[in-house]
Amino acid sequence: MLKPEIKNYVTPKHIRDYPTGPSFEAGHLVSINAGWRTFKPVVDINVCTGCYQCYLLCSDGAISKTDNKKIEFDYSFCKGCGVCAHECSFNAISMVKEELAK
Amino acid sequence: MKTQMSKQKVFISGDEAVALGVRLARPHVISAYPITPQTIVVERLSEMVEDGSLKARYIHVESEHSAMSAAMGASAVGARAFTATSSQGLLYMAEGMHYASGGRMPIVMMNANRSLALPWSIFGDHRDSLSMLDSGWIQVYVEDAQEALDMTIQAFRIAEDAAVLTPFMINLDGFILTHTYEIVDIPDQSKVDSFLPVFKTPNKMSLEKPKSMGFSTSPADNMEFKYQQHKAMLDAKDIIHSVDNKFGEIFGRSYGGMLDSYYCEDADYVLVTAGSVTGTARIAVDNLRSRGIKAGLIKLRYLRPFPDEELRAAAGDVKAIGVLDKDISFGYEGTIFTNVNSALAHLSIRHVSINFIAGLGGRDISIKDIEGIYQDLEEAVTVGKDKSFAKVRYVNMGVEIDG
Repeated sequence: MLKPEIKNYVTPKHIRDYPTGPSFEAGHLVSINAGWRTFKPVVDINVCTGCYQCYLLCSDGAISKTDNKKIEFDYSFCKGCGVCAHECSFNAISMVKEELAK
Repeated sequence: MKTQMSKQKVFISGDEAVALGVRLARPHVISAYPITPQTIVVERLSEMVEDGSLKARYIHVESEHSAMSAAMGASAVGARAFTATSSQGLLYMAEGMHYASGGRMPIVMMNANRSLALPWSIFGDHRDSLSMLDSGWIQVYVEDAQEALDMTIQAFRIAEDAAVLTPFMINLDGFILTHTYEIVDIPDQSKVDSFLPVFKTPNKMSLEKPKSMGFSTSPADNMEFKYQQHKAMLDAKDIIHSVDNKFGEIFGRSYGGMLDSYYCEDADYVLVTAGSVTGTARIAVDNLRSRGIKAGLIKLRYLRPFPDEELRAAAGDVKAIGVLDKDISFGYEGTIFTNVNSALAHLSIRHVSINFIAGLGGRDISIKDIEGIYQDLEEAVTVGKDKSFAKVRYVNMGVEIDG
């Protein structure tokens, strides 16, 4: 995974603690970015063929390859758009309502 | 330039003076769209790039909005960027201007002060730049072509200072300065090079240390970034003074920093001006002084940051203050007048202050008109004790008006 790790957010105490203008080192993430997801994609590993169509099409780069040539989701960044489930030719991915998902 | 008189002195227009100042400052990127009366600046700059005397990228853009956007792209990653515009063009840049100041991009822009439509007019007043006072740009107003050239060089040094990092607008009165010819001293390139260090951006484009630029903020942080901009603009005052002094040491000319006062030490009546009308007012003051009237003059060089302390120091003891505005903030008064009164309100004495609206849409302001302003101030002090007087007056109005 090339995703930057979540860093601890230090609350600024003085105006000097802010960067000069709204620019800062790239990839400095202090929170996960998946808070507004209603449905989450869930993959059935037994059906997944490892074609990686979803991996290529994920708009947020939230799908990664696994060692056993399948896929997994990074739920810290997945926005729940459903593109992967829509594009999967084998219906291996289903969109499950957050509170119903395990 | 073909009009060269000697090695150092040339006979040029205000627009040409700015172009020569820009060349001496060695910008990397120039992006501009032509508009009267700024056109000559960008014509000369494009010729300089074409003939190789200015090694810069000249970006032809389709509008002022794009001119500002291209300058931002360049400045954001550490290039020295210049643009120039006027009037409607300035307003078309408005969105980008807030963006540039918020992004702390030290772009330098020349603005040829020109009236705004409607009625359509190509002639000068200060409505264009004054309507952008809150855009977060430093604003200087110059009096002649020499000051225009010198401030073009100073502008980059002030704007790019690490404590400032704020874009800078140099205002020249349209036609009065942009199109009239004066003898201008051209500084040596080597001296300018030593005066103007290389711009070191905190946001260099780099693969080793990539930056995320121009991010958004939630209400939890937005106010702090806006305060930062404000603080940088206030801190710019010291930099403006020190850069002007340093410029004086190297080139033999300095301009008084935030403002320039003329015969204010013992003055009873002081007029506050901005831009080229100051030259006319100097002659009026000389005439009045020769008649024994204690007239003084304050040229506000900068309107942002605003020289409030300097104004109080220069005009603290006078009997009456007049403010000449080449603009009206419709429904109230001239904006410079509002700013001046706000600065003076912090003094224990209450001044007689009168606003003189003049020169709208290029209307002439003569020496006689300005002598009349001083006469109004004198009368307001002697007569005004007993009865109220008009706080906002109109110079050279062509017809009778009620009230």
